[in-house]
Amino acid sequence: MKILNSWLNDFGAFGNDAEKLAAAMTGLGLAVESVSIVGTPVKGVVVAKVLRTERHPDAEKVHRVYVDAGDGKELHIWCGAFNMKPGDLIPLATLGTTMPDGRMITPRGILGIESHGMLCSGTELGLTTDSDGILILPNDLKLGSDLFSSLGIKSDCVFDLDVTRNRPDCNGYLGVARDLGARLGVKIANPSGDKTKKGPVRSMKVTIADKNRCARYNMTVMSGVVVGESPNWIARRLTNCGMRPINNVVDASNLVMLELNQPTHAFDAEKVNNGFKIRCARPDETLLTLDGQVRQLEATDLLICDGKDAAIGLAGVMGGASTEISKQTTAVALETAWFEASGVAQTATRLGLKSEASMRFERGVDPHGIDHAVSRFASLLRESCPNLVVHSGGADVKEKTLAPKQKIVNLRVSQLTRILGAKLSPKAISVMLAKIGFVTKSTSSSKSATLKIAVPSWRPDCETEIDLIEEIARHYGYENLGKIVPQSTMHGRLSTVQQRRRDIREVVLSMGLSEAMPNPFLAPGDLVKAGLLEDNAIRLANPLVYEESVLRTSLRPGLLKAMSFNLSHRATNILLFELGHVYPAGSEKSADGLPDEYESLCLVAVGETSALALDWWSQLSSVMGFGAQLDQASVESGYHPKRSAMLRRGKQVLGCVGEIDPRVLAHNQINTSVACLELNLSVLLAETPRVVAAKPVSRFPRSDFDLAFLVPNSQTAGAVLKVLRQAGGSELVDLELFDVYRGAGLPEDSRSVTFRLCLQASDRTLTDAEVTAIRQKCLDAAAKLGAQLRN
Amino acid sequence: MSEAIQAAKDSAMLAIKNAADLAGLRALSAELNKKDSPLNSFKSEMGKLASVDEKRSIGQMLNAAATEIATALETRSSEFADNEIAARIESESLDLTELLVQRRRGHSHIVTQATQRLEDVFIGLGFQIAEGPEVETDFNNFEALNMPKSHPARSEFDTMFLEYGEPGSVLLRTHTSPVQIRVMKSWKPPIYAIMPGRVFRRDTPDATHMPVFHQIEGLVIDRGITFAHLAGTIESFTKAFFGSEFTSRLRPSFFPFTEPSAEFDIRRADGEWIELGGCGMVHPNVLISGGIDPEEFSGFAFGFGIDRMAKERHKVEDIREMYTNDLRFLRQF
Repeated sequence: MKILNSWLNDFGAFGNDAEKLAAAMTGLGLAVESVSIVGTPVKGVVVAKVLRTERHPDAEKVHRVYVDAGDGKELHIWCGAFNMKPGDLIPLATLGTTMPDGRMITPRGILGIESHGMLCSGTELGLTTDSDGILILPNDLKLGSDLFSSLGIKSDCVFDLDVTRNRPDCNGYLGVARDLGARLGVKIANPSGDKTKKGPVRSMKVTIADKNRCARYNMTVMSGVVVGESPNWIARRLTNCGMRPINNVVDASNLVMLELNQPTHAFDAEKVNNGFKIRCARPDETLLTLDGQVRQLEATDLLICDGKDAAIGLAGVMGGASTEISKQTTAVALETAWFEASGVAQTATRLGLKSEASMRFERGVDPHGIDHAVSRFASLLRESCPNLVVHSGGADVKEKTLAPKQKIVNLRVSQLTRILGAKLSPKAISVMLAKIGFVTKSTSSSKSATLKIAVPSWRPDCETEIDLIEEIARHYGYENLGKIVPQSTMHGRLSTVQQRRRDIREVVLSMGLSEAMPNPFLAPGDLVKAGLLEDNAIRLANPLVYEESVLRTSLRPGLLKAMSFNLSHRATNILLFELGHVYPAGSEKSADGLPDEYESLCLVAVGETSALALDWWSQLSSVMGFGAQLDQASVESGYHPKRSAMLRRGKQVLGCVGEIDPRVLAHNQINTSVACLELNLSVLLAETPRVVAAKPVSRFPRSDFDLAFLVPNSQTAGAVLKVLRQAGGSELVDLELFDVYRGAGLPEDSRSVTFRLCLQASDRTLTDAEVTAIRQKCLDAAAKLGAQLRN
Repeated sequence: MSEAIQAAKDSAMLAIKNAADLAGLRALSAELNKKDSPLNSFKSEMGKLASVDEKRSIGQMLNAAATEIATALETRSSEFADNEIAARIESESLDLTELLVQRRRGHSHIVTQATQRLEDVFIGLGFQIAEGPEVETDFNNFEALNMPKSHPARSEFDTMFLEYGEPGSVLLRTHTSPVQIRVMKSWKPPIYAIMPGRVFRRDTPDATHMPVFHQIEGLVIDRGITFAHLAGTIESFTKAFFGSEFTSRLRPSFFPFTEPSAEFDIRRADGEWIELGGCGMVHPNVLISGGIDPEEFSGFAFGFGIDRMAKERHKVEDIREMYTNDLRFLRQF
């Protein structure tokens, strides 16, 4: 909503201190998006008359315009706009004029012919926002006179307000003025209505079929209309508020809308057949709207029909072409109505016809402001139609659904204090509310009083106690409510899960990986390219683009893209990780109806093998205390089948470690191996780390020895390690695989695997016999797996 | 005889001095300690001396010579040892600059860094951190937040819906506010919580917007919480996070889930106001949705974007750059 300082002053003596006004509006919640100056006079621009125009054979884009600037002399001007004809008055920037954009007007011409000035458009002079050629001036201006003083234009300030949804009244000057007046102590007055006596009866029958959608419908016929241009001041106001002047009837309607937040629609009274009927559309009904388009209607669209039931307008959205005002119109039927908000919104949204009018109906207009709006329209139209007759006998249908002029909302003074912290007396509250038209119906000085507040009909948003509390807070001033830091009764800290998540990040960062944040939306096919199935992926119902229409079920596709991107930029040491959510579809029966979303961690390194991935796992598991077995029997799809392992604890899968499947790499333009570790953090972080009870350190000597086995390739080293641990029992306090050897001197289907064992008891020195016995048990266990002790 | 002793000693001392290395010195030492060494041979000749006085003086002289020689041997020996270790040290010389391996630490994403800094400030103010899923129900994202099905404000959220469950029932959360509902239901007051996380809007990416971005939300619910506590918390956060030269203000605004609602701005030392986020007193309907009696408890909520914090702190020109995953970008921070 654009608010002109000068126009605002029509409602009250607000003055011209733009900074003060902007601050007051901001303080009231009328956010000032921008403050700009319009209509600053440009010295040297005079009113001139077009004498004749002429083409030059060598100039295609410009023509020669000869004008008289008041002294009877013919001046020659080159001009690139062609919208003038002899006799038109136009603005001439004379030689030496400095234009608002800083250009100086000089005689510089083209083809060796000088130009004695420049003809100006409204935009060039800062008068209008459209730039459709040269500004054609009203005929009554004095030739040669200073343009700005003859138009009576003074510089003006425009406040561009971002009006929030809860303030429908502030989509009109009146609402803004009322709020500002209350804050600044300025008395406000409504703009004057039409004072001329009503003319003879011209009735128009109105029937409302759908009473929930239209609670009030006023139809007033006005004759003696001459359709033409609006008076200057009206056109200028509309222009400065970002609306295009059209003709005096439409402009008067728009001006009333800006002032009073009440849209109106003028039908050509002669073209309307037998009155009006307001009803919802029938299936298959169509309407040719003002913009020349045939609209397919639906049962939710509210229509204005004529007495013969033919649609002539879309209520609150757009008029029909058949009853449009034209140059020949002499009488208008003015519709001033209250249409239900959500219905208008639905139609306007469906047809893509959001307009200034539909926006206002959607937010809510004042059903009791209608009479004044009609009267104001007449007074404005009368300025250009002196013979205007406002006929009596129109229609003003009020349905039972019409909101009352005032509705009562209870306000507990104690509740106000409980929410705002400020202690206000009932008296102070009623004085404050009275300034914005809220009337206190019951008086009491008690702090425990419940006040009955009558809310005016222009504030449909104010329905409950908390709405009133907000009004009081706004007018009391947020800045006056104080600042107190609450004493939190909680202990501020990270939860165990959050602390452990940060610890994981630290470990991963210390291993040299940088954090990526790939798009969680994938293109169809991305999962397949990563070797994953797509059948548990969820699609977006309304994606921005097709390439981002699938929700990820794994972090790998995003990281594959990131690796491939960095490779294409010849990056080295590509080590990346992501910690984020993935969203595989769950069983539809899950209690909350949501997918099986979980938190995942994925680490990747280009040009590295599973050895690095295992090192990552080893570091993470030792720092975080994660435990898992490697299971190479079957691996997650998308991983190298022979160089990867699932991380399992029993049946539970904790993640996967190894290398990416070479086929996946090829699909992603990666021509080297990629190490990868993926963990389900939702499972791992949910585990509470065990608190370890201290065991006394053994004071008895330890016995260390190595065992080197010849292990067939079909058997994993991990399996041998596992049986050794079991065989060693509680005296085997340390067991580690420390060497693997393949090659000369060994059979091709086997390798040598060496373990270092450490035996120790906590309560005695182990005897040689005991050590020998344990060693033998280990050898026997290994032998069962085909591992033979080497000599 | 005394002259002969002196001469033998001098000769021994000279030999010690002239020893070429530790091995030579050891051989010399063995030579000198032999029974028939020149000096030792004098001992057997002692008996031939006539007077007691003479015996004593010669004896003392011999002892002194022996001590002197032993000390010289010792000194010379440790000289050789010192030289040897010094030579070894010299031979072990290393150029450490050759050996310095550039070990690269990884880089945390600037959005993560900003999130953690914000979390830490609020932890200091007595808040805990709550989390929730990114895929949400329409109920938690809208309905419970005082935006029933037909509410016009819903259209401002540019929601991305999923093809999952009933059409329109499951969506990508458009703000972190649904976590408020989850917290109210599971924690019970008093609640002093912040809720950082990823949110989604159907916005075409440009220099300042991404369809996937991050927000942090705060929620306080306790007995006796007023608007002044909201303003105080915002002020306290502003000074703790941005610096004590910053100040804050609230100006009226509108959100369906809070009332009274406000935008909050912060003011830099140079006087410029910067819009930061939205806040307000939790709407009674929202408290009811969360199972909390609005007549017993009151509270406030606030929220703002995290990405912008990171963008402005590091002077990133285009927010899209933060999500290219280009290592040349990531490694700067």
